[in-house]
Amino acid sequence: MNLDSLLPNLGEWLRGTGPESDVVVSTRIRLARNLVNYPFTNRASAAQKGETAARAKEAIAKADLPYALDFIDVAVLSALDRQFLVERQLVSRELATVLDGPRGVAVDDKESVSVMVNEEDHLRLQVLRSGFSLDEAWQDIDRVDDALEARLTYAFHPQFGYLTACPTNVGTGMRASVMLHLPALGLTKQIDKVFRALQKINLAVRGLHGEGSRAFGDLYQISNQVTLGKSEPKVLGEIREVLQTILQYERQARNALVKERKQAEQDRVARAIGTLGSATMITSEETMELLSAVRLGIHLNLIDDLPATTVNQLFIHTQAAHLQKLMGQPLDGEERNAARAKYLRSKLRELGTTQR
Amino acid sequence: MKCQFCDTPATVHLTDIVNKAKRELHLCERCARKNDLIPDQPTPHVDLKALLGLLAGAGGAAAGGGADPAALTCPGCGLQYGEFRAEGRLGCPADYDAFRPALEPLLERIHRAVAHAGKAPHAVRRERRAAERDDLRAALRAAVAAEKYEDAAALRDRLRRKDGSDEPR
Repeated sequence: MNLDSLLPNLGEWLRGTGPESDVVVSTRIRLARNLVNYPFTNRASAAQKGETAARAKEAIAKADLPYALDFIDVAVLSALDRQFLVERQLVSRELATVLDGPRGVAVDDKESVSVMVNEEDHLRLQVLRSGFSLDEAWQDIDRVDDALEARLTYAFHPQFGYLTACPTNVGTGMRASVMLHLPALGLTKQIDKVFRALQKINLAVRGLHGEGSRAFGDLYQISNQVTLGKSEPKVLGEIREVLQTILQYERQARNALVKERKQAEQDRVARAIGTLGSATMITSEETMELLSAVRLGIHLNLIDDLPATTVNQLFIHTQAAHLQKLMGQPLDGEERNAARAKYLRSKLRELGTTQR
Repeated sequence: MKCQFCDTPATVHLTDIVNKAKRELHLCERCARKNDLIPDQPTPHVDLKALLGLLAGAGGAAAGGGADPAALTCPGCGLQYGEFRAEGRLGCPADYDAFRPALEPLLERIHRAVAHAGKAPHAVRRERRAAERDDLRAALRAAVAAEKYEDAAALRDRLRRKDGSDEPR
């Protein structure tokens, strides 16, 4: 697969559509699976990793699925291309930068399904969908799992379920997460209250890029912690229930913002667009913070002529690897900040953004 | 109660039971944070490696009786439980049986459960169904032999339903 062909596309998770897409950016489910009779990746020799990769590749190529999965050999990719895949949420940081030896990822052309090979577990299946879509994502990934299992023998234990390299994933091997945009809860300082409630029921809250990453641009990922002792539908049901409450809180907070300080919000959104459209140097963090304000402005109907999809496009294209691919050359930090500002200026001028 | 590392009052209490030996940790919030037991906001994720390491350290004195699980060795990949405790990653699928006495308390802590509920591979489901059918057939034969014909009829119906619900592959 030529990675540059992905560049103009937004990928499934940034389509900006789907249920509850005013708050829920995307839904993701991943399953951890390992092959029987092989050590886990961290203890496998290069030869063993070669074998597990070969078996996985064959099963992926022959899988009985209505779409093709193209295998990308991550080991031979440049650092820039690996980072590009991380930014598109198709591979983990681990697979891109920490791990070595035979490894890769198979992706469908919509970038909705991906299968990482030789990550911490031999196989990490992932389905990404736009908006809040746990049931559909589960149906998709269940089918991919069945299709691969028809050609591979998974390590499965009668008591412990699907066996994984880390005991935090054993059992279902499933991590379901939803990415939420919660600017109003942040603005009204209620976000900590939500997190405390989530901790009590064993759901994890993380930043955009998973474990240990900071929440930039009011984007948060909520996911289950428990993988043992609860069935997949039960876990999904628990997330769905909590989500309804968070959606309600965020929307209430948004309504309150419009009611009590519409003028101030309008000003904040206008200034965000002003900065994005006129800065000559801008970091990716600042871009994300400003785009968060713009995204909120769109959903509060404070801006005309700017679809949510455009915010998503600016969001993904201003990340380091995407930016360098768009500019067609490697750029260091300072150069990136200048290139990012230039890209934003020209894009926003093109769109001729106006405020109400 | 005072923190085990400094003299500040302890506000974080951890208890772990391995091989019937109870191990306790009492720390102040600052020391707990220093040992990565309380992550920075907003992640409520407990760091597995930090938890394993700290419990092992505190366990040395408190564990007393009971064999030290650190010496457990997996016949499949040669990994020792002590190495897992240091690294936080298992070596191969066989570790789950080899380390079971030490892993079960850990799984209980992480998941509040020690047994899987949920999806199983098709091959495993087929075996389970075959075993259930064998059990029903044996019960049916026993019921007929004992001339309990009502029971036998109920068992025969259950058996038929099982055959009917068999998945195509």
